Amino acid sequence: MTMSAGMHGVSFRQVSKSYGAVRALRPLDLEIEPGEFLTLLGPSGSGKTTLLNIAAGFLDPDGGQVVIGSRDVTALPPRARNVGMVFQNYALFPHLDVFENVAYGLRVRRVADAELRARVDTALGLVQLGDFGARAINQLSGGQQQRVALARAMVIEPDLLLMDEPLGALDRQLRKHVQLEIRRLHNEKPRTTIYVTHDQEEALVMSDRVAIMRDGRIEQIGTPHELYDRPRNAYSASFLGESNLLPVHIDEVRDDRASFTVDGPEALRSQSQGDDLPGPGPALLLARPEAVRPAADGEPGLEAVVEETVYLGELVATRLRMSTGQTVWMRRMNAPPHEVGARIRITWDPAKARLLPEKKPS
Amino acid sequence: MILAGTASPPPAAARSQRAARAVMTAALLLPATLFLAGWFLWPLGQLLVLSLSSPEGPTAAYRALAESEVFRSVFVNTLLLAVVVTVICTLLAYPAAWLLTRVRGFWFSVALYCVLLPFWISILVRTFSWMLLLERNGPVNNLLMAVGATHQPLRLLFNQFSVHVGMVHVLLPYAILPIYASMLKVDRRLLLASDGLGASSRTTFLRVFLPLTMPGVMAGAAFVFLLALGFFITPALLGGPQNLTAAMLIDSFVNERLVWPMAAAASFILLLMVLAVLLLTSRFVAIGSVMVMK
Repeated sequence: MTMSAGMHGVSFRQVSKSYGAVRALRPLDLEIEPGEFLTLLGPSGSGKTTLLNIAAGFLDPDGGQVVIGSRDVTALPPRARNVGMVFQNYALFPHLDVFENVAYGLRVRRVADAELRARVDTALGLVQLGDFGARAINQLSGGQQQRVALARAMVIEPDLLLMDEPLGALDRQLRKHVQLEIRRLHNEKPRTTIYVTHDQEEALVMSDRVAIMRDGRIEQIGTPHELYDRPRNAYSASFLGESNLLPVHIDEVRDDRASFTVDGPEALRSQSQGDDLPGPGPALLLARPEAVRPAADGEPGLEAVVEETVYLGELVATRLRMSTGQTVWMRRMNAPPHEVGARIRITWDPAKARLLPEKKPS
Repeated sequence: MILAGTASPPPAAARSQRAARAVMTAALLLPATLFLAGWFLWPLGQLLVLSLSSPEGPTAAYRALAESEVFRSVFVNTLLLAVVVTVICTLLAYPAAWLLTRVRGFWFSVALYCVLLPFWISILVRTFSWMLLLERNGPVNNLLMAVGATHQPLRLLFNQFSVHVGMVHVLLPYAILPIYASMLKVDRRLLLASDGLGASSRTTFLRVFLPLTMPGVMAGAAFVFLLALGFFITPALLGGPQNLTAAMLIDSFVNERLVWPMAAAASFILLLMVLAVLLLTSRFVAIGSVMVMK
């Protein structure tokens, strides 16, 4: 056991993989900082699980390199990589009890009995299963199995911890709890982690950085905050958080300022400020539901009909139908609710809205 | 499986539903039960009565069997033969079953038919085939002499060797199929998990794959052993006079010496041995669960 266990950076360099004619991963570069919790977020088929399996060594890439710390592990089998993996359905050994499941990686490493016992007990304590050592796997609930899988992966002090949608099989309540639990374990003892999920909430709650994947490549990577505030395109915007995307036409771009017209009968003109504005032409205006608000008297706005009002505690979410037929969500704190069927005019907070290219650049 | 449920006492509606299901189950089982009762259990009872009806007294047949050195050694031989055949079958079946799980498409069909085809050919035909293959001037001896392994034709027939070969051939599928079924049930991710945790292929096999396929091995071994205990045609045709088995002994009691109580008693001893093995095996595996292929 070294002091630096779990504190290695990981590099993917031009890693690619195809299944026949299907390109699961286009040549992809990704750098993960030592101790970082990185989430690969994307729909199924976006390549996230392929990338994870390549990191674990369960799949050989067609090309490229995987480097953990200073070791090029591309050609190494899984057993030589010192990588901990939590499988989607846990893959616990059904013929071994909880203790022996967690001890497996240590027994394989021929760790002396006393140390093994201590490490397994510590790991089980960390996941709050200290008294469950003698239980059979099929006597555990899904959440408990998930924690055993986590303990089994962590106890070997892996250089890299991999998790493949580990919360997919849990119910919503439990999922929230375990999310925070995983985050707590990571904070107590940071270790380089790649986490795969298609659940944006998981990604937001747990990650240091999130890589949004699509069609075998990384669409955008950044902290949850960056991705939420500054999505690069409509795909990133809609994958992380809720978003209203209004078709607009950019008339002019000067320095960091663009003037544009919202498509539709009102032809509302407005301006936006930013550092990576799309060029003149068709574009999309991203206004998160919390950036949308009713227009004040005399203020220019877009016509909308209230279709539904949803109370979320202090928040009130309102579903609106624009004159163009598009649906827009508005979310307001402590606001008086609108009557369903009421006609209102809405506008948006320019500081929180963002112009995005109409289509993804490719 | 339904009976194994551990539900708490059901409310009235569920109870009547359950009663209806019980009636249904009984109705479905009735024909088979009646058939077995009439054509199996009742004759079995008759056989028991017969075994106790020697002119010399009720237990005379059993005593005669137990006291005779020859009869005892026949039962010991039968047991040993069954053990050896079982061990050989299991050792051969394991890699064969593994191969079945590995091959795909056309070659899977070929491999599966190789396992299943013998089931559809009469034991008699297969046993005679071995006689042709193993005889003094048969292909096996010709081959051995051609490659210079021996100068004289070997005596391959009518001895322990030919009995083993013939029985292993007939019984191998009974070992392969349950082992194959248990291998199919092993989740491939468990092997990946073991690999990822640092285990060598050998360790993964010994600590994960083998233990998880052990129920199939036990079930396969039990099938082969039980069938081998009562085997008749193959040892009768391929064996020599010294290779007497219990089944052949019973045959000679019935057909040659006409001592029916002795035959009945020998049958019951064989039956008890079978039951003992079944009981022992069922302590380790649920045989039913392995027999159901997916």
